[in-house]
Amino acid sequence: MRMQGLKRHLFEIGLILGMVVLFTTLLLSLVGASPLEAFSHLFAGSLGSWAKFSRVLNVWIPLTLCSIGLLYAFRTGLWNIGVEGQVVMGAIGATAVLRLGLEASHPLFYLLAALLMGMAFAALWALFAGWLKVRGGVHEIFAGLGLNFVAMGFVLWVIFGPWKRDGIASMSGTQPFPLELWFPSLPGWRVSPFALGLTLAIILLTAWVLYRSRIGLNLDAVGRNPRAVRLFGLSPSRYMLLAIMVSGALAGLAGGLQVTGIYHRLIPSISSGYGYLGLLVVMLANFRLAPVPFIALFFAALNVGSIQLPMMMQLDSSLAGVIQGACVLSALLVFGLRTLRKRGPSDE
Amino acid sequence: MQVEFQQIHKQFGPVQALCGIDMRVESGTIHGLVGENGAGKSTLMKILTGYLTKTGGRILLDGVEVDCSDPQTAAAQGIGMLYQEPQDFPSLNVLDNFIVGRDSVAGLDRTAQRQRLGKLAERVHFSLHLSAVLEKLTIGERQQLEFLRLLGRDARVLILDEPTTGISDQQKALLFQALRQIRDEWRTIILVSHKLEEVEALCDRVTILRHGLVTGEAEAPFKVAELLSMMFDKPPSIERTEHDYQPGEEILRFSGVSANGERVGLSDCNVTINRGDIVGLAGLSGSGQGVFLRLAAGLLHARVGDLIFSGAALNRLGHREFREKGGVFLPSDRLHEGLIPGFTLRDHFALASGLSSAAAQQAAEQAIQRFHIRGTPETLAESLSGGNQQRLQLALIQANAQLVLLESPTRGLDVESGQKIWRYLRETFSGRGAIVFSSAELDEILAVANRVLVFFDGRVVRDLRADELDYEHIASAMTGK
Repeated sequence: MRMQGLKRHLFEIGLILGMVVLFTTLLLSLVGASPLEAFSHLFAGSLGSWAKFSRVLNVWIPLTLCSIGLLYAFRTGLWNIGVEGQVVMGAIGATAVLRLGLEASHPLFYLLAALLMGMAFAALWALFAGWLKVRGGVHEIFAGLGLNFVAMGFVLWVIFGPWKRDGIASMSGTQPFPLELWFPSLPGWRVSPFALGLTLAIILLTAWVLYRSRIGLNLDAVGRNPRAVRLFGLSPSRYMLLAIMVSGALAGLAGGLQVTGIYHRLIPSISSGYGYLGLLVVMLANFRLAPVPFIALFFAALNVGSIQLPMMMQLDSSLAGVIQGACVLSALLVFGLRTLRKRGPSDE
Repeated sequence: MQVEFQQIHKQFGPVQALCGIDMRVESGTIHGLVGENGAGKSTLMKILTGYLTKTGGRILLDGVEVDCSDPQTAAAQGIGMLYQEPQDFPSLNVLDNFIVGRDSVAGLDRTAQRQRLGKLAERVHFSLHLSAVLEKLTIGERQQLEFLRLLGRDARVLILDEPTTGISDQQKALLFQALRQIRDEWRTIILVSHKLEEVEALCDRVTILRHGLVTGEAEAPFKVAELLSMMFDKPPSIERTEHDYQPGEEILRFSGVSANGERVGLSDCNVTINRGDIVGLAGLSGSGQGVFLRLAAGLLHARVGDLIFSGAALNRLGHREFREKGGVFLPSDRLHEGLIPGFTLRDHFALASGLSSAAAQQAAEQAIQRFHIRGTPETLAESLSGGNQQRLQLALIQANAQLVLLESPTRGLDVESGQKIWRYLRETFSGRGAIVFSSAELDEILAVANRVLVFFDGRVVRDLRADELDYEHIASAMTGK
């Protein structure tokens, strides 16, 4: 029985990848590029060396954090489309703390405080969307989308206003922080081992919370039937707010790590679209935790690998996005077919 | 038109729902189809209207075999069905609902259609405002429109599924009159019902189903005892309680409560419920009983007035505190309001009592034994039958419960299961506190309750004690007389 289930999963994954390869090959042939060459560049550009792979991990960390955050919101039936803005707010919160620590003697304290502040900022930002939903009846998709634009405006304002570089304000962001305020790394590593370990710990913690703990059961119940949950003496709105805050906090952590570990300053595109990409990851994972780290790794590899394409083949690097989108569409198709088959045609 | 079923079989997965039904319905008659829940009445009718495909057998109209494999073909043969829930468009008005679905150009001529609908309504003495929007109408009026729509399409075989659920007595009388009239126009009518008094009043002939088999046929005039013996494995004797009780101290009080909700809301309600009360809420469906129960449970808030439960004001308490103080509410829509689809029995116990997974497993196993739930701790709530879902809801009631609110607790259950549930509820809770329940079946209320509140149009119009309970009196109060 289990074996059959596993076989079916492998078959479905194979089917999805097959469809994606077929579609991408067709597309590349249409524009006259060699699909084989493109695939090999994608591969070599992401997994070809440790340096490249550590760059993939640098994308994997925020993408995984955003996706896991989304899982919490989806558990209660909420579409936290505002992850993008929450990443930005997390980055702003972290930058604010680091600026205070510029001359201080305990840089590590400020680094950790920056991450916590980023999480708090983003959690409050998410809570606002949740509060609009629960109290004001504003759909969380509209609230989240609206707040994304506000967050984008806010980050531009701080970069060009109060936190502008000495002399000129520029799209390249705020003044980079001194080396002491960079998350320490190992020689030859582009990725912070601390961030990597933290992300792995969050994956394990989430597995326990969502699938083993009482809170996880309650969140799940809220997502499946909020009306009935009230009769069990639980408040659906409280759990929705909790879930969206956790979702925001994880997005904020991603934003904080972007500032402290990757860019070492605040830039306008600090969120790098991970909020939206996370939605695709979670959908492709069919809203389950186990596949998320692997899909996020695959997507991160595509993102990093595709950087090669414009230089080597004069192809646009948005090919990564095309492949990711094709993955999700094929997966939705395969999942849809599975449900249809299970239900049978003659059902009432 | 004569309708004949020959050896109709229907299988749902491993379940044999119909095992060779033979039945003939003559032209110009009203033919009753009776049986308890799950006997196969609806399945047979859905096969005739093309909503379900049969696994075996033949359907003949006027002696010719026909294909009723989808709703369009069946409708083209002149088969029409009046469903329990109106199948209409609530946001459109009466005339639009009458016209909708007519695809010929002539069918879209509003003036002509208006006249046509007017004539049809006049013929059967219905009066409908053609420009009224459907969501403002009663279920009875919507049913009348649906009936006219079927007549307007020259339905020659008319199937009615429990047509008197939720409609007033006057509407019922009008409907019956109309049915007799169109029978005399040589149309064929099949009445699906479990209300024997309606069958007696209306039908010329009746077929009885039990467990997917025809167990008998009878001609009017019917002998009720005989019909009952063919419907049930043993004739149900309505268990009547001894109504000698002394009301104890106050548990719940409504004083001057008005609230919005459902269609009619609740206005100026003053009621006190005492320990030992088993209160039946009588009334046509949607007359305020649901609002009353949800207010008492802390799920709705009163616009004006005070609610006192167990010494504390309920207005400020939510359902959570209501539960903590020993209240419990079981809604009639078990799967949408009471249970969590996708959760197993064990999950429900973990959710209800905060038990660990292992302890919840044990609690679920014990409940399955004690309440005879057909399932395992791993069974999903939605794969339980209606009766088993209700037993699960009962099993989830917390141990300290002293006020049990139930909305149509035996809806959709057969008589046996209903009686078992009542036996359990009475034994467990009548000594400890009070039971308040609503029911669409007056028989059930009279059999179980020692006190009855009668609702009409959002008001409590009667508060009757044990010695004043009388069928005729309650029935007339329900219709506002």
